[in-house]
Amino acid sequence: MHKVLIIGEHDGKVLNPATMKCVTCAKSIPDAEITVALLGADTAAVAAQAAAVAGVKAVLRVDRAENAHPLAAILAPQIAALAADYTHLFGPSTSFGKDLMPRIAALLGVPQVSDLMAVEGAYRFRRPIYAGNAIVTVEADPARKLVATVRVASFSAAGSGGSASIDSKTLNVALPSHTRYVGAKSGSTDRPDLQTARRVVSGGRALGSAENFKLLFSFADKIGAAVGASRAAVDAGYAPNEMQVGQTGKIIAPEMYIAIGISGAIQHLTGIKDARTIVAINKDGEAPIFEVADVGLVGDLFQIVPELERLVGT
Amino acid sequence: MQKIMVCIKRVVDYNVRVRVKSDCSGVMLDGVKMSVNPFDEIALEEALRIKERGAKEHGANVEVLAVSIGVADTQQQLRTALAMGADRAILVQTELPVEPLTAAHTFLALAKKENPDLIFLGKQAIDDDANQTGQMLAAIWERPQATYASKVEITGTKAAVTREVDAGLETIEVDLPAVITVDLRLNEPRYVKLPDIMKAKKKPLDVTSLDALGISAGQLIKTVKTEPPAQRQKGVIVKDVAELVDVLKKKGLI
Repeated sequence: MHKVLIIGEHDGKVLNPATMKCVTCAKSIPDAEITVALLGADTAAVAAQAAAVAGVKAVLRVDRAENAHPLAAILAPQIAALAADYTHLFGPSTSFGKDLMPRIAALLGVPQVSDLMAVEGAYRFRRPIYAGNAIVTVEADPARKLVATVRVASFSAAGSGGSASIDSKTLNVALPSHTRYVGAKSGSTDRPDLQTARRVVSGGRALGSAENFKLLFSFADKIGAAVGASRAAVDAGYAPNEMQVGQTGKIIAPEMYIAIGISGAIQHLTGIKDARTIVAINKDGEAPIFEVADVGLVGDLFQIVPELERLVGT
Repeated sequence: MQKIMVCIKRVVDYNVRVRVKSDCSGVMLDGVKMSVNPFDEIALEEALRIKERGAKEHGANVEVLAVSIGVADTQQQLRTALAMGADRAILVQTELPVEPLTAAHTFLALAKKENPDLIFLGKQAIDDDANQTGQMLAAIWERPQATYASKVEITGTKAAVTREVDAGLETIEVDLPAVITVDLRLNEPRYVKLPDIMKAKKKPLDVTSLDALGISAGQLIKTVKTEPPAQRQKGVIVKDVAELVDVLKKKGLI
Protein backbone atom coordinates (compact mmCIF):
# COMPACT_ATOMS: atom_id res chain seq x y z
CA MET A 1 0.00 0.00 0.00
CA HIS A 2 1.10 3.56 -0.68
CA LYS A 3 0.38 6.15 1.97
CA VAL A 4 0.07 9.62 0.53
CA LEU A 5 0.18 12.70 2.75
CA ILE A 6 -1.24 15.80 1.06
CA ILE A 7 -0.35 19.15 2.57
CA GLY A 8 -3.64 21.05 2.40
CA GLU A 9 -3.69 24.68 1.38
CA HIS A 10 -6.19 26.94 3.12
CA ASP A 11 -6.66 30.43 4.51
CA GLY A 12 -8.09 29.33 7.84
CA LYS A 13 -11.64 29.46 6.49
CA VAL A 14 -11.73 27.74 3.12
CA LEU A 15 -9.83 24.75 1.80
CA ASN A 16 -8.18 25.82 -1.46
CA PRO A 17 -9.52 23.79 -4.44
CA ALA A 18 -5.87 23.04 -5.33
CA THR A 19 -6.00 20.55 -2.46
CA MET A 20 -8.91 18.69 -4.08
CA LYS A 21 -6.86 18.47 -7.27
CA CYS A 22 -3.97 16.96 -5.31
CA VAL A 23 -6.44 14.35 -4.03
CA THR A 24 -7.38 13.42 -7.62
CA CYS A 25 -3.70 13.07 -8.48
CA ALA A 26 -3.04 10.97 -5.36
CA LYS A 27 -5.98 8.69 -6.19
CA SER A 28 -4.20 7.64 -9.38
CA ILE A 29 -1.30 6.27 -7.34
CA PRO A 30 -1.93 2.49 -7.24
CA ASP A 31 -3.36 1.26 -3.94
CA ALA A 32 -3.17 4.68 -2.29
CA GLU A 33 -4.39 5.64 1.16
CA ILE A 34 -4.80 9.40 1.34
CA THR A 35 -4.34 11.64 4.37
CA VAL A 36 -4.62 15.43 4.30
CA ALA A 37 -2.53 17.42 6.79
CA LEU A 38 -3.74 20.88 7.73
CA LEU A 39 -1.50 23.28 9.59
CA GLY A 40 -2.96 26.49 10.91
CA ALA A 41 -3.93 28.47 13.99
CA ASP A 42 -7.40 26.88 14.03
CA THR A 43 -8.13 24.33 11.33
CA ALA A 44 -11.51 23.08 12.61
CA ALA A 45 -13.49 24.55 9.72
CA VAL A 46 -11.11 23.52 6.93
CA ALA A 47 -10.67 20.06 8.48
CA ALA A 48 -14.40 19.49 8.13
CA GLN A 49 -14.16 20.49 4.46
CA ALA A 50 -11.17 18.21 3.85
CA ALA A 51 -12.89 15.28 5.56
CA ALA A 52 -15.77 15.60 3.11
CA VAL A 53 -13.55 15.27 0.02
CA ALA A 54 -14.16 11.91 -1.65
CA GLY A 55 -11.15 9.64 -1.43
CA VAL A 56 -9.63 11.12 1.72
CA LYS A 57 -9.17 8.53 4.48
CA ALA A 58 -7.93 10.75 7.29
CA VAL A 59 -7.39 14.41 8.12
CA LEU A 60 -4.62 15.48 10.48
CA ARG A 61 -4.93 18.82 12.22
CA VAL A 62 -1.83 20.56 13.52
CA ASP A 63 -3.11 23.69 15.25
CA ARG A 64 -0.53 26.03 16.63
CA ALA A 65 -0.44 29.83 16.91
CA GLU A 66 2.79 29.95 14.90
CA ASN A 67 0.97 28.28 11.97
CA ALA A 68 -1.38 31.25 11.47
CA HIS A 69 0.48 32.19 8.29
CA PRO A 70 1.95 29.59 5.96
CA LEU A 71 5.69 30.29 6.35
CA ALA A 72 7.73 27.45 4.86
CA ALA A 73 10.46 27.71 7.50
CA ILE A 74 7.82 27.20 10.22
CA LEU A 75 5.69 24.53 8.52
CA ALA A 76 8.41 22.36 6.97
CA PRO A 77 9.94 20.96 10.19
CA GLN A 78 6.47 20.03 11.46
CA ILE A 79 5.58 18.23 8.24
CA ALA A 80 8.96 16.49 8.22
CA ALA A 81 8.07 15.23 11.71
CA LEU A 82 4.76 13.87 10.37
CA ALA A 83 6.35 12.21 7.35
CA ALA A 84 7.60 8.96 8.90
CA ASP A 85 4.40 6.99 8.19
CA TYR A 86 4.04 8.01 4.55
CA THR A 87 5.53 6.94 1.24
CA HIS A 88 4.50 10.06 -0.71
CA LEU A 89 4.15 13.73 0.27
CA PHE A 90 2.18 15.89 -2.15
CA GLY A 91 1.51 19.62 -2.24
CA PRO A 92 -0.09 21.79 -4.93
CA SER A 93 2.11 23.64 -7.40
CA THR A 94 0.71 26.95 -6.16
CA SER A 95 2.91 29.61 -4.59
CA PHE A 96 2.13 27.93 -1.23
CA GLY A 97 3.25 24.45 -2.31
CA LYS A 98 6.16 25.54 -4.49
CA ASP A 99 7.61 27.47 -1.55
CA LEU A 100 7.03 24.75 1.02
CA MET A 101 7.55 21.31 -0.53
CA PRO A 102 11.26 21.61 -1.49
CA ARG A 103 12.04 22.71 2.06
CA ILE A 104 10.35 19.55 3.35
CA ALA A 105 12.16 17.36 0.80
CA ALA A 106 15.54 18.78 1.78
CA LEU A 107 14.84 18.26 5.50
CA LEU A 108 14.00 14.64 4.69
CA GLY A 109 17.06 14.33 2.45
CA VAL A 110 15.01 13.23 -0.55
CA PRO A 111 14.58 14.72 -4.03
CA GLN A 112 11.38 16.34 -5.25
CA VAL A 113 9.50 15.89 -8.51
CA SER A 114 7.88 19.21 -9.44
CA ASP A 115 4.65 19.73 -11.36
CA LEU A 116 3.28 16.19 -11.74
CA MET A 117 0.96 16.27 -14.74
CA ALA A 118 0.25 12.53 -14.99
CA VAL A 119 0.80 9.48 -12.82
CA GLU A 120 2.07 6.38 -14.66
CA GLY A 121 2.89 4.37 -11.55
CA ALA A 122 3.59 4.89 -7.88
CA TYR A 123 7.04 6.20 -8.73
CA ARG A 124 6.67 7.06 -12.40
CA PHE A 125 5.32 10.43 -13.52
CA ARG A 126 5.14 12.86 -16.40
CA ARG A 127 6.08 16.50 -15.94
CA PRO A 128 6.77 19.48 -18.21
CA ILE A 129 10.19 21.08 -18.71
CA TYR A 130 11.32 24.06 -20.84
CA ALA A 131 8.05 25.91 -20.27
CA GLY A 132 6.12 22.89 -21.50
CA ASN A 133 8.07 22.56 -24.75
CA ALA A 134 8.97 19.05 -23.67
CA ILE A 135 7.33 16.50 -21.41
CA VAL A 136 9.56 14.11 -19.50
CA THR A 137 8.69 10.79 -17.94
CA VAL A 138 10.63 10.39 -14.72
CA GLU A 139 11.16 7.52 -12.31
CA ALA A 140 11.92 7.97 -8.65
CA ASP A 141 13.52 5.45 -6.30
CA PRO A 142 10.81 3.44 -4.45
CA ALA A 143 13.23 2.98 -1.55
CA ARG A 144 12.88 6.67 -0.69
CA LYS A 145 9.99 8.90 0.22
CA LEU A 146 8.73 10.83 -2.73
CA VAL A 147 8.02 14.54 -2.36
CA ALA A 148 6.16 16.15 -5.25
CA THR A 149 4.15 19.16 -6.28
CA VAL A 150 1.02 18.56 -8.32
CA ARG A 151 0.40 20.68 -11.41
CA VAL A 152 -3.14 21.66 -10.51
CA ALA A 153 -4.19 22.50 -14.08
CA SER A 154 -3.68 18.83 -15.02
CA PHE A 155 -6.23 17.40 -12.59
CA SER A 156 -9.90 18.00 -11.89
CA ALA A 157 -10.97 18.59 -8.30
CA ALA A 158 -12.08 15.55 -6.29
CA GLY A 159 -15.76 15.74 -5.42
CA SER A 160 -17.51 15.60 -2.08
CA GLY A 161 -19.10 12.65 -0.34
CA GLY A 162 -16.15 11.55 1.76
CA SER A 163 -16.24 11.00 5.49
CA ALA A 164 -12.65 10.91 6.68
CA SER A 165 -11.59 10.69 10.29
CA ILE A 166 -10.26 13.91 11.83
CA ASP A 167 -7.42 13.76 14.33
CA SER A 168 -5.49 16.49 16.07
CA LYS A 169 -1.74 16.08 16.35
CA THR A 170 0.53 17.75 18.84
CA LEU A 171 4.06 17.80 17.54
CA ASN A 172 7.01 18.40 19.77
CA VAL A 173 9.01 20.34 17.19
CA ALA A 174 11.11 23.41 17.96
CA LEU A 175 10.28 26.19 15.49
CA PRO A 176 12.68 28.87 14.28
CA SER A 177 12.03 32.54 15.05
CA HIS A 178 14.12 33.82 12.13
CA THR A 179 11.19 34.20 9.73
CA ARG A 180 8.25 36.47 10.50
CA TYR A 181 5.05 37.31 8.65
CA VAL A 182 4.55 41.06 8.21
CA GLY A 183 1.47 41.49 6.03
CA ALA A 184 -0.26 40.89 2.74
CA LYS A 185 -1.81 42.96 0.02
CA SER A 186 -4.27 41.41 -2.34
CA GLY A 187 -6.64 42.93 -4.80
CA SER A 188 -9.93 41.92 -3.25
CA THR A 189 -12.34 41.04 -5.98
CA ASP A 190 -15.85 39.68 -6.28
CA ARG A 191 -14.90 37.98 -9.53
CA PRO A 192 -14.28 34.23 -9.70
CA ASP A 193 -10.83 33.04 -8.66
CA LEU A 194 -8.48 32.95 -11.64
CA GLN A 195 -7.12 29.50 -10.86
CA THR A 196 -10.45 27.76 -10.58
CA ALA A 197 -12.74 29.84 -12.81
CA ARG A 198 -14.62 28.09 -15.62
CA ARG A 199 -14.23 31.14 -17.84
CA VAL A 200 -11.27 33.48 -18.03
CA VAL A 201 -10.91 36.71 -19.99
CA SER A 202 -7.30 37.81 -20.27
CA GLY A 203 -5.65 40.96 -21.58
CA GLY A 204 -2.25 41.74 -23.05
CA ARG A 205 -0.04 44.69 -23.77
CA ALA A 206 -2.37 45.82 -26.56
CA LEU A 207 -4.81 47.02 -23.92
CA GLY A 208 -2.46 49.96 -23.58
CA SER A 209 -3.31 51.06 -20.03
CA ALA A 210 -4.70 49.99 -16.68
CA GLU A 211 -7.71 52.16 -17.48
CA ASN A 212 -8.46 50.14 -20.60
CA PHE A 213 -8.50 46.91 -18.59
CA LYS A 214 -11.91 48.10 -17.34
CA LEU A 215 -13.16 47.07 -20.75
CA LEU A 216 -12.23 43.48 -19.89
CA PHE A 217 -13.62 43.66 -16.36
CA SER A 218 -16.95 44.81 -17.70
CA PHE A 219 -17.11 42.02 -20.29
CA ALA A 220 -15.88 39.42 -17.75
CA ASP A 221 -18.59 40.41 -15.30
CA LYS A 222 -21.20 39.99 -18.01
CA ILE A 223 -20.19 36.35 -18.58
CA GLY A 224 -19.11 35.56 -15.00
CA ALA A 225 -15.45 35.19 -15.87
CA ALA A 226 -12.21 35.72 -13.96
CA VAL A 227 -9.74 38.21 -15.43
CA GLY A 228 -6.12 37.42 -16.21
CA ALA A 229 -3.24 39.20 -17.90
CA SER A 230 -0.11 38.44 -19.88
CA ARG A 231 3.31 39.06 -18.39
CA ALA A 232 3.76 42.04 -20.72
CA ALA A 233 0.60 43.65 -19.36
CA VAL A 234 1.67 43.05 -15.76
CA ASP A 235 5.20 44.32 -16.40
CA ALA A 236 3.73 47.45 -17.98
CA GLY A 237 1.70 48.05 -14.82
CA TYR A 238 -1.70 47.54 -16.48
CA ALA A 239 -2.62 44.70 -14.09
CA PRO A 240 -1.37 43.41 -10.70
CA ASN A 241 0.95 40.40 -10.45
CA GLU A 242 -1.72 38.04 -9.13
CA MET A 243 -3.45 38.28 -12.52
CA GLN A 244 -0.47 36.98 -14.48
CA VAL A 245 -1.05 33.83 -16.51
CA GLY A 246 1.90 31.84 -17.88
CA GLN A 247 5.07 29.91 -17.11
CA THR A 248 5.97 32.15 -14.19
CA GLY A 249 2.45 33.20 -13.29
CA LYS A 250 -0.62 31.04 -12.94
CA ILE A 251 -1.16 27.90 -14.95
CA ILE A 252 -4.86 27.48 -15.53
CA ALA A 253 -7.32 25.13 -17.21
CA PRO A 254 -10.68 26.88 -17.64
CA GLU A 255 -13.43 25.66 -19.97
CA MET A 256 -13.04 28.83 -21.99
CA TYR A 257 -10.06 31.20 -22.18
CA ILE A 258 -10.48 34.43 -24.13
CA ALA A 259 -7.12 36.02 -24.96
CA ILE A 260 -7.56 39.66 -25.87
CA GLY A 261 -4.66 41.62 -27.32
CA ILE A 262 -2.24 38.87 -26.31
CA SER A 263 0.29 37.87 -28.98
CA GLY A 264 0.92 34.47 -27.39
CA ALA A 265 4.55 34.16 -26.31
CA ILE A 266 5.47 30.54 -25.54
CA GLN A 267 5.71 31.43 -21.83
CA HIS A 268 2.09 32.59 -21.92
CA LEU A 269 0.85 29.58 -23.90
CA THR A 270 2.36 27.32 -21.22
CA GLY A 271 -0.15 28.74 -18.78
CA ILE A 272 -3.25 28.15 -20.92
CA LYS A 273 -2.76 25.06 -23.02
CA ASP A 274 -4.98 22.95 -20.80
CA ALA A 275 -7.92 25.29 -21.41
CA ARG A 276 -10.70 23.40 -23.20
CA THR A 277 -11.47 26.18 -25.66
CA ILE A 278 -9.15 29.08 -26.44
CA VAL A 279 -10.57 32.17 -28.12
CA ALA A 280 -8.14 34.76 -29.49
CA ILE A 281 -8.87 38.35 -30.40
CA ASN A 282 -5.93 40.22 -31.87
CA LYS A 283 -5.35 42.78 -34.59
CA ASP A 284 -2.28 40.90 -35.87
CA GLY A 285 -3.49 37.87 -37.83
CA GLU A 286 0.03 36.42 -37.70
CA ALA A 287 0.19 36.44 -33.88
CA PRO A 288 1.23 33.04 -32.46
CA ILE A 289 -1.87 32.94 -30.26
CA PHE A 290 -3.86 31.98 -33.39
CA GLU A 291 -1.82 28.78 -33.71
CA VAL A 292 -3.34 27.44 -30.50
CA ALA A 293 -6.72 29.16 -30.60
CA ASP A 294 -9.84 27.13 -31.33
CA VAL A 295 -11.61 30.28 -32.46
CA GLY A 296 -9.88 33.42 -33.67
CA LEU A 297 -11.05 36.88 -34.61
CA VAL A 298 -8.66 39.34 -36.23
CA GLY A 299 -9.50 42.96 -35.49
CA ASP A 300 -9.41 45.93 -33.14
CA LEU A 301 -10.14 44.84 -29.59
CA PHE A 302 -11.47 48.26 -28.68
CA GLN A 303 -14.32 47.75 -31.15
CA ILE A 304 -14.72 43.99 -30.70
CA VAL A 305 -14.91 43.72 -26.90
CA PRO A 306 -17.79 46.18 -26.35
CA GLU A 307 -19.70 44.60 -29.24
CA LEU A 308 -19.04 41.14 -27.85
CA GLU A 309 -20.27 42.24 -24.44
CA ARG A 310 -23.44 43.56 -26.04
CA LEU A 311 -24.10 40.46 -28.16
CA VAL A 312 -23.41 37.69 -25.62
CA GLY A 313 -26.42 38.69 -23.58
CA THR A 314 -28.86 38.51 -26.48
CA MET B 1 26.56 43.15 5.24
CA GLN B 2 29.87 41.99 3.87
CA LYS B 3 29.29 39.33 1.30
CA ILE B 4 26.50 38.24 -1.05
CA MET B 5 26.64 34.95 -2.91
CA VAL B 6 24.64 34.64 -6.13
CA CYS B 7 23.98 31.20 -7.62
CA ILE B 8 23.86 31.12 -11.39
CA LYS B 9 22.82 28.40 -13.82
CA ARG B 10 23.84 28.03 -17.44
CA VAL B 11 20.69 27.31 -19.45
CA VAL B 12 19.43 27.33 -23.03
CA ASP B 13 18.83 30.96 -23.97
CA TYR B 14 15.37 32.32 -23.27
CA ASN B 15 14.76 33.01 -26.98
CA VAL B 16 15.57 29.53 -28.24
CA ARG B 17 12.58 27.37 -29.06
CA VAL B 18 13.59 24.04 -27.60
CA ARG B 19 12.93 20.92 -29.65
CA VAL B 20 12.75 17.31 -28.60
CA LYS B 21 15.05 14.73 -30.23
CA SER B 22 13.23 12.28 -32.49
CA ASP B 23 14.38 9.29 -30.41
CA CYS B 24 12.85 10.84 -27.26
CA SER B 25 16.22 10.77 -25.49
CA GLY B 26 16.20 14.44 -24.61
CA VAL B 27 16.09 17.91 -26.13
CA MET B 28 18.38 19.14 -28.89
CA LEU B 29 21.19 21.12 -27.32
CA ASP B 30 23.90 20.95 -30.03
CA GLY B 31 24.92 24.41 -31.17
CA VAL B 32 22.14 26.03 -29.17
CA LYS B 33 22.86 29.43 -27.59
CA MET B 34 23.44 29.19 -23.83
CA SER B 35 22.95 32.03 -21.36
CA VAL B 36 22.63 32.91 -17.71
CA ASN B 37 19.24 31.77 -16.44
CA PRO B 38 17.17 35.00 -16.65
CA PHE B 39 15.97 34.76 -13.05
CA ASP B 40 19.57 34.39 -11.87
CA GLU B 41 20.47 37.52 -13.82
CA ILE B 42 17.83 39.38 -11.80
CA ALA B 43 19.27 37.84 -8.62
CA LEU B 44 22.73 39.11 -9.53
CA GLU B 45 21.40 42.55 -10.42
CA GLU B 46 19.79 42.83 -6.98
CA ALA B 47 23.04 41.85 -5.27
CA LEU B 48 24.91 44.46 -7.30
CA ARG B 49 22.39 47.15 -6.39
CA ILE B 50 22.79 46.33 -2.69
CA LYS B 51 26.57 46.52 -3.15
CA GLU B 52 26.36 49.87 -4.95
CA ARG B 53 23.89 51.35 -2.47
CA GLY B 54 26.13 50.28 0.42
CA ALA B 55 29.16 51.90 -1.17
CA LYS B 56 27.30 55.12 -1.87
CA GLU B 57 25.45 55.47 1.42
CA HIS B 58 28.05 54.37 3.94
CA GLY B 59 31.21 53.58 2.06
CA ALA B 60 30.65 49.86 2.63
CA ASN B 61 32.49 47.30 0.56
CA VAL B 62 30.10 44.43 -0.06
CA GLU B 63 31.66 41.60 -2.01
CA VAL B 64 29.47 39.93 -4.62
CA LEU B 65 30.47 36.33 -5.34
CA ALA B 66 28.94 34.55 -8.34
CA VAL B 67 28.93 30.74 -8.19
CA SER B 68 27.80 28.06 -10.58
CA ILE B 69 27.83 24.30 -11.11
CA GLY B 70 28.25 22.91 -14.60
CA VAL B 71 30.39 22.03 -17.58
CA ALA B 72 33.67 23.85 -18.28
CA ASP B 73 31.90 26.26 -20.66
CA THR B 74 29.88 27.59 -17.71
CA GLN B 75 32.88 29.90 -17.29
CA GLN B 76 31.24 31.97 -20.05
CA GLN B 77 28.19 32.66 -17.89
CA LEU B 78 30.36 33.43 -14.87
CA ARG B 79 32.38 35.86 -17.03
CA THR B 80 29.07 37.54 -17.88
CA ALA B 81 28.35 37.80 -14.15
CA LEU B 82 31.79 39.32 -13.58
CA ALA B 83 31.20 41.76 -16.42
CA MET B 84 27.91 42.80 -14.84
CA GLY B 85 29.84 43.65 -11.68
CA ALA B 86 30.42 40.56 -9.52
CA ASP B 87 33.82 40.72 -7.77
CA ARG B 88 34.81 37.11 -8.22
CA ALA B 89 33.41 33.77 -9.27
CA ILE B 90 33.66 30.08 -8.48
CA LEU B 91 32.76 27.28 -10.88
CA VAL B 92 32.11 23.81 -9.50
CA GLN B 93 32.94 21.97 -12.68
CA THR B 94 31.16 18.75 -13.55
CA GLU B 95 29.99 17.01 -16.70
CA LEU B 96 27.23 15.23 -14.78
CA PRO B 97 23.64 16.43 -14.62
CA VAL B 98 23.02 17.96 -11.20
CA GLU B 99 19.68 17.62 -9.44
CA PRO B 100 18.35 20.46 -7.26
CA LEU B 101 19.12 18.64 -4.00
CA THR B 102 22.71 18.08 -5.15
CA ALA B 103 22.97 21.70 -6.24
CA ALA B 104 21.71 22.79 -2.81
CA HIS B 105 24.33 20.66 -1.05
CA THR B 106 27.03 22.05 -3.33
CA PHE B 107 26.01 25.64 -2.64
CA LEU B 108 25.87 24.82 1.08
CA ALA B 109 29.46 23.60 0.93
CA LEU B 110 30.45 26.89 -0.73
CA ALA B 111 28.40 28.90 1.80
CA LYS B 112 30.20 27.18 4.67
CA LYS B 113 33.55 28.26 3.19
CA GLU B 114 32.48 31.76 2.22
CA ASN B 115 30.00 32.70 4.99
CA PRO B 116 27.82 35.04 2.93
CA ASP B 117 25.23 37.25 4.67
CA LEU B 118 22.82 36.65 1.86
CA ILE B 119 22.41 34.11 -0.93
CA PHE B 120 20.43 35.11 -3.99
CA LEU B 121 19.09 32.70 -6.61
CA GLY B 122 16.50 32.88 -9.34
CA LYS B 123 13.16 31.36 -8.32
CA GLN B 124 13.52 28.69 -10.98
CA ALA B 125 15.70 27.75 -13.91
CA ILE B 126 14.01 27.92 -17.28
CA ASP B 127 15.34 24.52 -18.36
CA ASP B 128 13.99 22.05 -15.78
CA ASP B 129 11.51 24.55 -14.24
CA ALA B 130 12.04 22.73 -10.93
CA ASN B 131 11.76 25.69 -8.55
CA GLN B 132 13.50 23.85 -5.70
CA THR B 133 17.16 24.74 -5.20
CA GLY B 134 16.79 27.94 -3.12
CA GLN B 135 14.27 26.39 -0.74
CA MET B 136 16.40 23.24 -0.35
CA LEU B 137 19.52 25.30 0.29
CA ALA B 138 17.74 27.35 2.97
CA ALA B 139 16.50 24.15 4.64
CA ILE B 140 19.88 22.44 4.92
CA TRP B 141 21.64 25.72 5.79
CA GLU B 142 18.99 26.00 8.54
CA ARG B 143 18.34 29.60 7.54
CA PRO B 144 15.26 31.58 6.43
CA GLN B 145 13.97 31.52 2.88
CA ALA B 146 12.15 34.33 1.12
CA THR B 147 11.01 33.06 -2.27
CA TYR B 148 9.54 34.92 -5.28
CA ALA B 149 10.87 38.30 -4.14
CA SER B 150 9.61 41.40 -5.91
CA LYS B 151 11.13 43.84 -3.37
CA VAL B 152 14.05 43.46 -0.99
CA GLU B 153 14.90 45.94 1.76
CA ILE B 154 17.94 45.30 3.92
CA THR B 155 18.14 47.00 7.32
CA GLY B 156 21.08 45.96 9.48
CA THR B 157 20.83 42.20 9.97
CA LYS B 158 17.27 41.89 8.70
CA ALA B 159 15.64 41.80 5.28
CA ALA B 160 12.03 42.73 4.55
CA VAL B 161 11.02 40.85 1.44
CA THR B 162 7.86 41.37 -0.56
CA ARG B 163 6.89 38.11 -2.25
CA GLU B 164 4.72 37.51 -5.30
CA VAL B 165 2.16 34.93 -4.18
CA ASP B 166 -1.04 33.65 -5.80
CA ALA B 167 -3.24 35.99 -3.78
CA GLY B 168 -1.15 39.09 -4.48
CA LEU B 169 1.81 40.37 -2.49
CA GLU B 170 3.02 39.17 0.89
CA THR B 171 5.75 40.71 3.04
CA ILE B 172 7.90 38.72 5.41
CA GLU B 173 10.87 39.69 7.55
CA VAL B 174 13.86 37.39 7.82
CA ASP B 175 17.03 37.46 9.88
CA LEU B 176 20.29 37.32 7.95
CA PRO B 177 21.92 35.20 6.77
CA ALA B 178 19.08 34.15 4.53
CA VAL B 179 18.28 32.75 1.10
CA ILE B 180 16.26 34.94 -1.25
CA THR B 181 14.90 33.67 -4.56
CA VAL B 182 13.82 36.34 -7.00
CA ASP B 183 10.86 36.86 -9.28
CA LEU B 184 10.65 38.71 -12.58
CA ARG B 185 9.63 42.13 -11.40
CA LEU B 186 12.31 42.68 -8.76
CA ASN B 187 14.46 44.70 -11.15
CA GLU B 188 15.63 44.99 -14.73
CA PRO B 189 19.18 43.67 -15.13
CA ARG B 190 21.76 46.04 -16.60
CA TYR B 191 23.29 45.58 -20.02
CA VAL B 192 26.93 44.61 -20.07
CA LYS B 193 29.23 47.14 -21.77
CA LEU B 194 32.31 46.22 -23.74
CA PRO B 195 34.86 47.77 -21.29
CA ASP B 196 33.25 45.73 -18.52
CA ILE B 197 33.78 42.55 -20.51
CA MET B 198 37.47 43.42 -20.85
CA LYS B 199 37.71 44.19 -17.12
CA ALA B 200 35.95 40.95 -16.24
CA LYS B 201 38.73 38.93 -17.87
CA LYS B 202 41.07 40.03 -15.08
CA LYS B 203 38.70 39.20 -12.23
CA PRO B 204 39.32 35.95 -10.30
CA LEU B 205 37.39 32.86 -11.44
CA ASP B 206 38.27 29.77 -9.43
CA VAL B 207 37.41 26.29 -10.61
CA THR B 208 36.75 23.49 -8.18
CA SER B 209 34.94 20.14 -8.35
CA LEU B 210 32.14 18.26 -6.63
CA ASP B 211 34.77 15.82 -5.30
CA ALA B 212 36.79 18.62 -3.75
CA LEU B 213 33.66 19.77 -1.94
CA GLY B 214 32.78 16.24 -0.86
CA ILE B 215 29.60 16.07 -2.94
CA SER B 216 28.46 12.99 -4.85
CA ALA B 217 26.13 13.66 -7.75
CA GLY B 218 23.79 10.68 -7.67
CA GLN B 219 20.80 10.60 -10.02
CA LEU B 220 17.86 9.99 -7.70
CA ILE B 221 15.25 10.90 -10.30
CA LYS B 222 15.76 9.20 -13.66
CA THR B 223 14.43 10.68 -16.86
CA VAL B 224 13.28 7.73 -18.97
CA LYS B 225 11.67 9.57 -21.88
CA THR B 226 11.40 13.09 -23.31
CA GLU B 227 8.52 13.81 -25.64
CA PRO B 228 7.09 16.82 -27.41
CA PRO B 229 3.90 18.17 -25.85
CA ALA B 230 0.51 17.29 -27.32
CA GLN B 231 -0.35 19.80 -30.04
CA ARG B 232 -3.64 21.61 -30.10
CA GLN B 233 -5.67 21.35 -33.30
CA LYS B 234 -5.65 24.53 -35.35
CA GLY B 235 -8.98 26.26 -35.00
CA VAL B 236 -11.21 28.43 -37.12
CA ILE B 237 -10.97 32.14 -37.88
CA VAL B 238 -14.31 33.90 -37.75
CA LYS B 239 -15.06 37.07 -39.71
CA ASP B 240 -16.88 39.18 -37.14
CA VAL B 241 -18.26 39.38 -33.62
CA ALA B 242 -21.66 37.99 -34.61
CA GLU B 243 -20.05 34.85 -36.03
CA LEU B 244 -17.84 34.54 -32.93
CA VAL B 245 -20.88 34.65 -30.66
CA ASP B 246 -22.58 32.12 -32.90
CA VAL B 247 -19.64 29.67 -32.64
CA LEU B 248 -19.39 30.06 -28.87
CA LYS B 249 -23.12 29.46 -28.50
CA LYS B 250 -22.92 26.32 -30.65
CA LYS B 251 -20.10 25.04 -28.45
CA GLY B 252 -22.29 25.71 -25.41
CA LEU B 253 -19.75 28.11 -23.96
CA ILE B 254 -21.99 31.15 -23.51
